[in-house]
Amino acid sequence: MHIPDGFIDAPTSAAAGAVAVGALAVCLRRSGEMLEDKEAPLAGLVAAFVFAVQMLNFPVAAGTSGHLLGGLLAAVLVGPYLGALCVSVVLVVQALLFADGGLSALGLNIVNMALVGAFAGYGIFLLARRVLGANPGGVVAASSLAALLSVVLASVVFTLEYAIGGTGGASLGRVAAAMIGVHVLIGIGEAVITGLTVGAVLAVRPDLVYGARGLRAASPTAPQAATVGG
Amino acid sequence: MARRRLAVFVAAGLLVALALAFFVSPEASSKPDGLNKVAIDQGFADKETAHRTADSPLAGYGVRGVGSDRLSTGLAGVIGVGATFGIAGGGFLLARRARRRTAAGGVER
Repeated sequence: MHIPDGFIDAPTSAAAGAVAVGALAVCLRRSGEMLEDKEAPLAGLVAAFVFAVQMLNFPVAAGTSGHLLGGLLAAVLVGPYLGALCVSVVLVVQALLFADGGLSALGLNIVNMALVGAFAGYGIFLLARRVLGANPGGVVAASSLAALLSVVLASVVFTLEYAIGGTGGASLGRVAAAMIGVHVLIGIGEAVITGLTVGAVLAVRPDLVYGARGLRAASPTAPQAATVGG
Repeated sequence: MARRRLAVFVAAGLLVALALAFFVSPEASSKPDGLNKVAIDQGFADKETAHRTADSPLAGYGVRGVGSDRLSTGLAGVIGVGATFGIAGGGFLLARRARRRTAAGGVER
């Protein structure tokens, strides 16, 4: 999903860069207001974990692989604002050190992988959690569903970017169909990894899962959720 | 106490990330990812231009000069885990301190 330089023209890339800078400035302010110093190592851990798991490309179809994007996972663990920042750190390190994802395409990649996953994904997560239940099982299921949909959404957003400033003159309909098709498969992998990770953290330190915080305060109907793990 | 438990959790999590990066990432699929495959199939893959950091000693998730592919990929993963942990964790602390200084010099909150 990392866009290299050259796929999307310079004006579109620059516009995405401006969106990314503006959004990350808001994220920095909001996460600075909402969080405490002790969350710093958690932010580091989320970024490091997303980096490591992004290296683990899994096969999805003939001759194709996919990997975790991690935006939704980061948002469920540390909240959407800090989560978007963590994934952006990963994308910047990948572009600068590992030559993965173009430098001029960095803004596009932050929009598609950090912002779409952390914000649109987290919105889907909150809706899904309401339907699936405000308990640990519901949080895991809602995380998985939102992870899948956030990857598909990222592929749709890429298609929009390609429609605005794509190079090479490929048919938009065919790009859309191919992108969405393969990212439904990659999204299943995203859902599995996200569900396993959120489930594991919920099992050992439920208090560290941002996406499970609200249900302790605001769900008198689910007292079990309030006491899990103590 | 709570702080120490958090440190244990973060240390355990980091160990998991390091193990995945070092031991598992060399086993990862090297096939093109979804976007690259679409670019190949739909005929715009050749629009990719040379990466501006292609000369980085870590370009392409390997450490230049390390002969074994396994070790090269694994070490690159470990370096990446360390870099992202330090930048995200340290950057967050710096941002908080800058914010406190601004708040202290400004209006009482």
